[in-house]
Amino acid sequence: MSARRIFAGPARLAAIAPCLWMVLFFLVPFGFVLKISLSQTAVAQPPYLPVFDFTQGLAAIKAAFAVLSLDNYRLLVSDNLYILSCLRSLVVAAVSTAILLLIGYPVAYAMARLPQRWQGIAMMLVIVPFWTSFLIRIYAWINILQHDGLLNQVLLALHIVSAPVVWLSTDSAMYLGIVYSYLPFMILPLYASLAKMDPALSEAASDLGASPQQTFWLVTFPLSLPGVVAGALLCFIPILGEFVIPDLLAGSDSMMIGQTLWLEFFTNKDWPVASAVAVVLLVLLVAPLALYDRLQRRQLEAAR
Amino acid sequence: MTARPRSRMSRFNVSALVLGLAFLYLPIAILVIYSFNASKLVTVWGGWSLRWYAEFFNDRAMLDAAWMSLRVAAVSASLATLLGTLAATALSRGERFKGRTLFSGMLYAPLVMPEVITGLSLLLLFVALNAERGFWTVTIAHTTLTMCFVTVVVQARLGKLDRSLEEAAMDLGCDPLRAFVSVTLPLILPSIVAGWMLAFTLSLDDVVIASFTTGPGSATLPIRIYSEVRLGVRPQINAICTLVLGLITVVIVAASFATKLTSARGEGAAPL
Repeated sequence: MSARRIFAGPARLAAIAPCLWMVLFFLVPFGFVLKISLSQTAVAQPPYLPVFDFTQGLAAIKAAFAVLSLDNYRLLVSDNLYILSCLRSLVVAAVSTAILLLIGYPVAYAMARLPQRWQGIAMMLVIVPFWTSFLIRIYAWINILQHDGLLNQVLLALHIVSAPVVWLSTDSAMYLGIVYSYLPFMILPLYASLAKMDPALSEAASDLGASPQQTFWLVTFPLSLPGVVAGALLCFIPILGEFVIPDLLAGSDSMMIGQTLWLEFFTNKDWPVASAVAVVLLVLLVAPLALYDRLQRRQLEAAR
Repeated sequence: MTARPRSRMSRFNVSALVLGLAFLYLPIAILVIYSFNASKLVTVWGGWSLRWYAEFFNDRAMLDAAWMSLRVAAVSASLATLLGTLAATALSRGERFKGRTLFSGMLYAPLVMPEVITGLSLLLLFVALNAERGFWTVTIAHTTLTMCFVTVVVQARLGKLDRSLEEAAMDLGCDPLRAFVSVTLPLILPSIVAGWMLAFTLSLDDVVIASFTTGPGSATLPIRIYSEVRLGVRPQINAICTLVLGLITVVIVAASFATKLTSARGEGAAPL
């Protein structure tokens, strides 16, 4: 026990470098986002006002503070474009998470029922796509979904449709891309919680006369809820701010909030409004992030 | 939903698994096959050919981008592995310390934080610091993101490790640093290797953060692929994607090989 405590001292010192790094490159940048979201757009380099100049003393900084305003946020509330993109993001993230759960649960359930030596291989097979490039996987779907792509060729050959169907630039293509990309994130936590479960529990339930359906809904599913919540958060949070998938697969008539941010920043060069959009996105994320953090912590404390 | 606890693998289970895996792998397989297509039309099969690979190796701009990406991935993965291993050690061996909650929160949040936010916030920092944007800004951005993944991977391994080994080393007269370097480090090496590989592939994959933090004239490979993909499908892109997939496969195989090798050795050394 004492050796453990002696070890703890130097181990804490190991926190210094990563801690400084994360403060400088993760925490401090949020301060800049917040500050620039209160600034005004300017035709200058960098394209916002005021620019804090710490060499000019306290008075100049005070003057700069006085110029900060909530104008960008007023713009966000007054313009339908921003409200609609917020709503769309929430809807897309919620619907995608539900579809992911519906598809991911049976797969994870089947994995947990595999013989032990196959489980490792199945897990490997689910993890590998997570390692392969995300962009490439979306591109693979564009290959299949395009006008004269494989899907339309197959559908035409089988006489299911008489003319090529437009798949690209539709919401269905976007949902397909999202589900495809995030499926491993859903399966792995579900599998982890299902594999931990003692099979004796469901056997006991059926010995006591429960039907398979009853066993599933009364025993298996409630016990897997931590995995369900973890998987849902792991998908919902990043999907909310997703940019690449809707940009490549969805139509251009309605945008998700990540696309709005991108548009303001790269196309309109309006850094202050882009920053304000980022702050709004962060606010949307506060509750799910806090929940995710609590889960993560509880899990790690349990593992310690 | 049919749950049959008695027969472990029902027909429903088998089909769920097969369909799930087919869904994950089929599109990639199709992409790879079509990269060897001789035809200029992406959708018409014109026989096997390597012409699109030859075209890639003659494309100066693409090659430059690929080289930039490889350098960024190697440097950022190494930095991330160093910092992530330190962070994992502090979290799993440091017991309770002041600011632990903030520390772990800072390390877990980037795992799910939308990339547009991370990218934008880092860019604003670099602009405020007046840093020249290019190789180093992208490398720093990728290090920040990937060190969190390394932390999780290494921490999981540290949590499973038998702590009496470290304690025994110290009882036998090692100081904590020596105990860590000669006992703990060799045992967690597989996870450190796996962490590096994961960081490398994540960096090689990123479009959004790199787009924000890079400067003019230093595009990474995913940025180039992305701008090409927006214009439509081109066989040359299939070839590049296949090459990237091949590289990643080599990395994964090497990682799992290294893990097996070192963990076998580690278990031999720890007969507890």
